[in-house]
Amino acid sequence: MSGPVSWAGLALSLLLVAAAAGISWWQRLGLERQIITAAARALAQLLLVGLALTLIVAPGRSIWWSWLWVALMLAYASDVARRRAPDVPHLLPLALASFTAAATVTLGVLFGLGVFPLNGRTLVPIAGMMVGNSMTATVLAGRRLTEELRDKRDEAEARLALGQSSRQAATPYVRAALRAALTPQIESTKATGLVFLPGAMTGLILAGTAPVQAVLVQAVVMFLVLAATATTTVVIALGLIRRLFTADHRLRHLPAPADR
Amino acid sequence: MMRGGRRVLDGLDARIPAAGITVIAGPSGAGKTTLLRLCNRLDIPDAGVIRYRGQRLDDLDPLVLRRRAGMVFQRPVPFPGSVAANLAEALPGITTGAMTAALDRVALDPGLLGQEARTLSGGELQRMCLARTLVTGPETLLLDEPTSALDAQPKLIFEQTAKDLAAGGITIIWVTHDDAQADRVAHRVYQLRDGRLPEAVADPGGPG
Repeated sequence: MSGPVSWAGLALSLLLVAAAAGISWWQRLGLERQIITAAARALAQLLLVGLALTLIVAPGRSIWWSWLWVALMLAYASDVARRRAPDVPHLLPLALASFTAAATVTLGVLFGLGVFPLNGRTLVPIAGMMVGNSMTATVLAGRRLTEELRDKRDEAEARLALGQSSRQAATPYVRAALRAALTPQIESTKATGLVFLPGAMTGLILAGTAPVQAVLVQAVVMFLVLAATATTTVVIALGLIRRLFTADHRLRHLPAPADR
Repeated sequence: MMRGGRRVLDGLDARIPAAGITVIAGPSGAGKTTLLRLCNRLDIPDAGVIRYRGQRLDDLDPLVLRRRAGMVFQRPVPFPGSVAANLAEALPGITTGAMTAALDRVALDPGLLGQEARTLSGGELQRMCLARTLVTGPETLLLDEPTSALDAQPKLIFEQTAKDLAAGGITIIWVTHDDAQADRVAHRVYQLRDGRLPEAVADPGGPG
């Protein structure tokens, strides 16, 4: 490792973890164990990923290894989304479909139009940003839509009883869910640069890239995230409608979380 | 028909005439609401066949059926927005003239069109829900205890409105647990007990 942070530097930064754990102990939060395990786990995962990435993006390595990596990320993220939103029925295949759609749109624009050159060094981290943010948006949109239809069942059925199709009857709730999932992304996009310096840019500047160059990369990443979250959430919402309603336009029974 | 692990309607076998006001009476939990939901196809039976004017419900497009046999729920549910927006939700592109006519049929002042639906009184709101169903052009109305949340006066106005609609040729199936109401509005009363409709017809001779 030849970056600005040495192994010794990394070891010293563990003091920061100790500080967090210390506060937890002092305030009797009982989170010390969790903080330490989380930090250790993150470190181990990052080291493993770094090692794997070194192998994958090594010069002369086939780009297919990078694509395989991206596919595994999509599958893993779908599973995480499913576990984080257990009330949402059949989320796994839907999440997979929505991430694939988002990947097609975003990677298509960025690599298809040559914004970035296509190689392992660009593909893997860009797909990572895309999937990570899409996963959060997927969980938000899926949860919100399921809750809306559960809490406003009377209203939705009143719409159905007027002869509206399930797609029509669900429109107001789909809109609410999409707004809820996209608003945080829009808010943080607005605040970028003023309130906080985003991760990609911080990393590039720390690693010695010229700030203007870092800004260009960051801007592209931000737009990528916007497009990715919009695409995933709309696919999730429209796909979920087909699961929450039957083909003959009845709203399925949605168990309250306490029922499970 | 199972509901929450409980058998709600069982071996129900009945023909409901397609004319006038038919009241289905019975205690709470007898399955009255479930019966109407089956007729509107918001639920489907676990076993058995439901026919509407001779056709099996499975053979009918549910979206068309729900407009032919419109349902009014026990608790009136206004959609967000004005009364006009509520009517337009039922029939997109509806003209002001048609909206005024619909409010007229349910004894509501057409001046209410611009008002927020949720600010209406209980009685007005339930009649607005009735108007909302009427603009879809139903030949049958399924009323699920439509006046159970209303005071005496709005209840009587609703009953008169329904009787006028029936006189105008709309078939009404009216679920209630209020025997006095059944006597006031029904051309015939069916008693639903333990998920069955025993010896159905009890004809009080009609309400005139």
